[in-house]
This record gives sequence, structure tokens and C-alpha cells, in this order.
Amino acid sequence: MNLVKLTIDGQQVEVEKGTTIYKAAKQLGIDIPVLCYMDLHGMNIENKPGGCRICVVEVEGRRNLAPSCSTNVDEGMVVRTSSMRVINARRTVLEFILSDHPKECLSCAKSGHCELQDLAVKLGVREIPYQDTAEMSTYQKDYSPSIIRDMDKCVMCRRCETMCNDVQTVGALFAVNRGFEAVVAPAFEMDLQKSTCTYCGQCVAVCPTGALTEVDHTPSVIRALADPSKTVIVQTAPAVRAALGEEFGMEPGNLVTGQMAAALRRLGFNFVFDTDFAADLTIMEEGTELLGRLTKHLEGDKNVKLPILTSCCPGWVNFFEAQFPDMIDIPSTARSPQQMFGAIAKTYFADKIGVKREDLVVVSIMPCVAKKYESERDEFKVDGNPDVDFALTTRELAHLIKQANMDIKTLPEEDFDSPMGESTGASVIFGVTGGVIEAATRTAYEVFTKKKLEKVEFQQLRGLEGIRAAKVDFNGLELNIGIAHGLGNARKLLEDIRAGKSEFHAIEIMACPGGCIGGGGQPLHHGDSSILKKRAAALYREDDGKAIRKSHENPAIAELYEKFLGTPMSEKAHHLLHTHYASKQTVIHEKED
Amino acid sequence: MSGYTIELKKTDLDTLRDVCKSFNNDPGELINVLHKAQSIFGYLPAEIQEVVAKELNISVAKVYGVVTFYSFFTMKPKGKFPISICTGTACYVRGADKVLEEFKRVLKLEVGETAQDGKFSLSCLRCVGACGLAPVVMVGEKTYGRVSPDEVRKIIEEYDGL
Ligand code: SF4
Ligand code: SF4
Ligand code: FES
Repeated sequence: MNLVKLTIDGQQVEVEKGTTIYKAAKQLGIDIPVLCYMDLHGMNIENKPGGCRICVVEVEGRRNLAPSCSTNVDEGMVVRTSSMRVINARRTVLEFILSDHPKECLSCAKSGHCELQDLAVKLGVREIPYQDTAEMSTYQKDYSPSIIRDMDKCVMCRRCETMCNDVQTVGALFAVNRGFEAVVAPAFEMDLQKSTCTYCGQCVAVCPTGALTEVDHTPSVIRALADPSKTVIVQTAPAVRAALGEEFGMEPGNLVTGQMAAALRRLGFNFVFDTDFAADLTIMEEGTELLGRLTKHLEGDKNVKLPILTSCCPGWVNFFEAQFPDMIDIPSTARSPQQMFGAIAKTYFADKIGVKREDLVVVSIMPCVAKKYESERDEFKVDGNPDVDFALTTRELAHLIKQANMDIKTLPEEDFDSPMGESTGASVIFGVTGGVIEAATRTAYEVFTKKKLEKVEFQQLRGLEGIRAAKVDFNGLELNIGIAHGLGNARKLLEDIRAGKSEFHAIEIMACPGGCIGGGGQPLHHGDSSILKKRAAALYREDDGKAIRKSHENPAIAELYEKFLGTPMSEKAHHLLHTHYASKQTVIHEKED
Repeated sequence: MSGYTIELKKTDLDTLRDVCKSFNNDPGELINVLHKAQSIFGYLPAEIQEVVAKELNISVAKVYGVVTFYSFFTMKPKGKFPISICTGTACYVRGADKVLEEFKRVLKLEVGETAQDGKFSLSCLRCVGACGLAPVVMVGEKTYGRVSPDEVRKIIEEYDGL
């Protein structure tokens, strides 16, 4: 290792050659302000276009100030990170940026979480000089079912481009035009809705400003809650409970399951249910489908395709529909837990409590931005009425709780309601990469081998590596299981399958790095993988503490089959709990000359 | 997420695929591929960018990003007689700006635009290496030297009825 010695703000520090000044300063506990720079530690991806110059520092012997995020250290360098010259320059740079930025902080969705606003506060900007002379660039707002693009607020940091291209390999966004006109946009500046965007929301999660935000469903939810003619029920996805506390200043990794249920009840939801119930149901359907395909495959049926791919992640579904339409017959047809919940709520449960479909409002709390789009898909509507009416992100829920003057930290712990609040440990781990396939394995093992599974934990399926492979012994039959999270990793596994090189029997895929715990709707983790690890540990802890840890042992699920669905994959189950996929790829049509 | 259909003539599609193939469908050759495609088709409409993206296996957003970044590329068809005014230093000093203004006035076109009837289009060029003839105007392949604003109308009239 090649070490370099330098001085930063009068302190000596020794770092590896090739380190940036920004990172060297960080080792000394000096936090240089940044705007465009983004470091995704866990993924070895950095966004450092060096464009905004907020991070400038003074380097002795150099005439110009240097952007610390993209300038490497040199032996003997003497750096000042906050001399008056630096502070002055930083403020001027910021004033320039602000001169072409709308002054809408009062009503901006990012207000309070905006990095540009934080900088203005930190650098004490009190007046914005150039705004009368400079022309403001204006763009039309772009509304899609999940994401709003308000490019007037874009500061061209290009973090979203890095997420969409390098991490997710979706390629929906790219920097276009130059100079004043420059902006990050889909091809031909078309609406996001027309592009290949999967609504994974990873761009939203990293955008420092209000340029990219999720569509806000809270006003609609408040309206429904205030309407006495409606019965409003709520479901909460597993990953939410492991992160919601962070929005209230709690350390990452705190589980707030009970407090969240209490908050939802106090907000006025008539029934507080758990998506985990539907996750158990997903395992029953997806697990049965997996075993069916596996058995036929073992019997030599050439028409059966393996591997089977999980289908509970809507970002992932959007991805393969747009980019791998030739393979839409290999993912499981099982709907996601959110949609299974909605379908059962608006049939079985509505009947049970004697409420008409139109008078039942189903709200879901999701770590996810794509869930909004998913809930609006036509396949999940009956006569125009959606199975799930509104999907709030974890961030939106936190906001709603704060609006109602509550604090998660001081609420008592309460239980979910019955029956759609009953769940097992298997369903809890759906929220973390590897969890769905572990849950499926627990059930499939017992159904396939007809033996009791002594140890329910499958350590080989856990972890945060982007692509993982594991073998599970099904009583002599060795099952090859693949796991990918982050769409870039998913792409690699899919290309292997397309090339006929895949040896897997089953693959779990989640669009977001880390799985749902790292979802685009979660409290921002700024690429810090230690936060993801803590959220994952919290979910495994909840699983560990559950009395029942296998989906097929959930008594409420057993009752649902007995009284309503019949058996997994029955006609009724097919109708309510399965779906179909369609190509969303751009087609190039040849015209005759 | 909606997917759409684009249409292209089979012969054009084949030509374009051949261009991509001649650069080994290498994404690193994007700029060269676009150059070549523009020299064949005259401009780079959305359909062409879609095909290039597909052939080079990159996102069409990236192709569009590159097309809009370099002023050399154009998404609008050039006129039958593309008029280019050199605005390199030598030409500029010798009054290319006034010549340009006159073309804009007479043709009622802005730089980068093509006339409704498709006859003329207007663009600026960086130095064409004929500084001795400054200011230089090109119409198609034909070069005009030492052009003054009052000659503009005459140049345009040469193409009357063509
Ligand atoms: S939501 Fe995901 S796919 Fe869509 S633009 Fe953002 S990063 Fe790309
Ligand atoms: S949209 Fe947001 S993340 Fe993307 S470049 Fe603009 S400011 Fe940066
Ligand atoms: S943060 Fe370093 S240039 Fe933007």
C-alpha cells in the first residue's frame, strides 16, 4: 500500500494514494459540504462529476481552489477546508445555483430534507444576488403514477443518472442538452411514464432537491379517513417497521412494529392489518407453483421452464416487462403481497364485515415508490375500482404521523387486528434480500419432503452481496438458488438465463439494493450500507421472536383457504392472486419500401 | 413503462444496422456511429436513435444525451440546399455575423431551422479552413467567398426553380 502524508486544517493525516481530499478530511472528522458528490459505500459506486464546486478547498501553492470530492491527495499537500477565501467562494457558488432555482421552499415536497436548503442554511445565504439579471430556466412538470419530475429544481448533480444507469442499468435517465438548458431526462425528453423507467425510486432516494419526488398520496388518504361513509383499512409492508423510527430520530435497526400499529389506529384506520399476512399467502401460491414446476421438470417435462423467478417486487416486474419481454413466461405468476392483500380485502374481508367494495378503502404503507404504479395497474382493478386504493411510502407515513402530532417514540406498542394481521416469521423477512426465497424454502421443504424442518434459518441465503448462489438440500435433491438485488445484478442473472447458462432452479430478485429495506420510499440512507445491515438485522430479529415461522402454519391463512380459496392455485386463487405480464418494450417496426 | 412502436423503412433499417456493424456494435463508438448515420441520412430523428441504441445495446436516453450535447448533431432534416455560414474567427472578424443576419432575415429562419418547404436550412460552421476567402458561405458542396450582406439575396436566387 502506498501512503501519502498531508496536512488538512493544520492536522497531519496519512491516507492511501489515490484518496480524494474529501475522504482524507473525513478521516480527520472534517465534513466538507458537498452537493453533487455521492458515495455508495456498499456498492463501490461513486458519483463525482465535480460539477457543482460546493466542496472547494484551498490547496497551498495552487492558484485555483480545488473541488475536494474529485481532487486526489499529494504528498506534502497543505489543505485548508474553511479559510475565508473558501467560505466566500462556496457561498458565491451557492448563490449562483440558487439564482436559477425556484424559491418555493414553503411548499416544496423536499422541504426539511433538501440538501440545497441545508447548504443555504449552513452557509448563511440571506440574499440571492443574481436573480434579477439571470433568466430562470423553466420546464414542464412531469407527472407519472409514482414519480414527479420538477426539473426547475434540478441542480445537475447527476446522482439520479448514476443510480438509473450504473446501479439499476435501466437507462431511463440521462443528462441532455448543454449549458443553461442541461437537465437529466428520459430520451427525447418524453414523459417518464413513456420511458423504460421501472419506478424503483432509487433516483428519488438520492436526489438532493425537490426535482425528483414521489407522488404524494397523503391528501387522498386523509380525505378517505375523514369520510364517515368509508371503511378504511391499512396494510404495512415488513420493511417499514425496520426503518420508520429513523424518521423520528431513532437509531437505524429499531423495530417499531407495535408503535406503528398504535399510530395507524389513532389516525383513524378502522382495521390495522399487516402485509405480512399476504406475504404468507404469497408463499403458499408461489411455493406451490415452484414445486409444481420443479416436479414436472424432474419428471422430464420439456415444456416446463426453470428457473422460476419471484414476482413480488413491482420495480422488478416493470424491468423485465420492458427489457426482457422474451422471458415473461418464467417469473412466477403470483401477485405481490400488496396486491394479494388488496384482492382478499375487497372480496373475502369486505363480505365478512358486510361492506360494499366501493365503500372499502385499502391503503398500504410501503417502502417503495413503484407500489403506487402497481396499485394503478388495470389488472388489479375490478370495474375501475382498484384493489389497493392508495400506497404511501414510509416517508409519507412518517409525515402523516407527525401531522397528527404523534411521535413514534412515545406511543405504546399495540397489535395488528385479526384476521389479516396474523403473520409468521417467514413473512417478516420478505423485506430483506434473500428473505422471500428463504420463506419459500421453509414451506417448500416441508411440503416436498413431507418432513419437519428442524432448523428454519438458512444462513446461506442471507447477506448483502449483490448476487448470491446457495444450495439447499431437499432430502437428497439439491436445489440451486440464486439471489439478486439491485436491477444491475438482476440483469446479469437474466442474461445468463437467456444465454442458457443458468443452473438455478429458483431465483429471488428485488429491484432495490438491500431489498425492500433499501426501497426508494424508505428514510434516506445515503448509500450507507451499515444502515441497511441494521435494518436487515431488525427483521431477522422479529422473525426469530415469532412463535410461528413458516407460512403454511399461519392459522389465518389456513382458514382463508378452508373458507374461501380452496387450495393454493385453485381456480379462485388463480383469479384473485395471480396475474399475467406483457411486453412493454419499444418495438421497431419495419415498413416495406 | 408503456412501450411504443417506431417505424422505419426496411432499407433504412438495413443501412443503419450495417453502419453499427461496421463499428462492431461497440458502444464506445457511439459518436462515430452517429456521425456516419448523420452523413447518410442527413439528420438523426428519434427512430434512428432508437435503432442505434438497440444495436449498440445502450439506452436510448444516453444516445439522445449525446446527440443533444454535440451541436454537430441535428434531429431536424437539413434542407435540400443546406446553407452554412462559417463563424470561425477569421470570418467573424470580416463580418460573418452580418451575413448571417441577412440570411436569417431573407429566409425567415433561425440557425438550426429548416424552411417549411424543405428547400433551405441554416446552420453555422466552425472554421472550414478557407480563411483567405473570409467570410465564407457554403450551400451544399458549393463554396462562396468574400460574401457581403448585399450578395445574400443573389446567392439565394441562384437556387430559384431548382
Ligand atoms: S425510478 Fe428507477 S428506473 Fe425510474 S428513472 Fe428512477 S432510477 Fe431509473
Ligand atoms: S434530478 Fe435531482 S438527482 Fe437528478 S441531476 Fe437533478 S438534482 Fe441531481
Ligand atoms: S460536491 Fe464536489 S464538485 Fe460537487
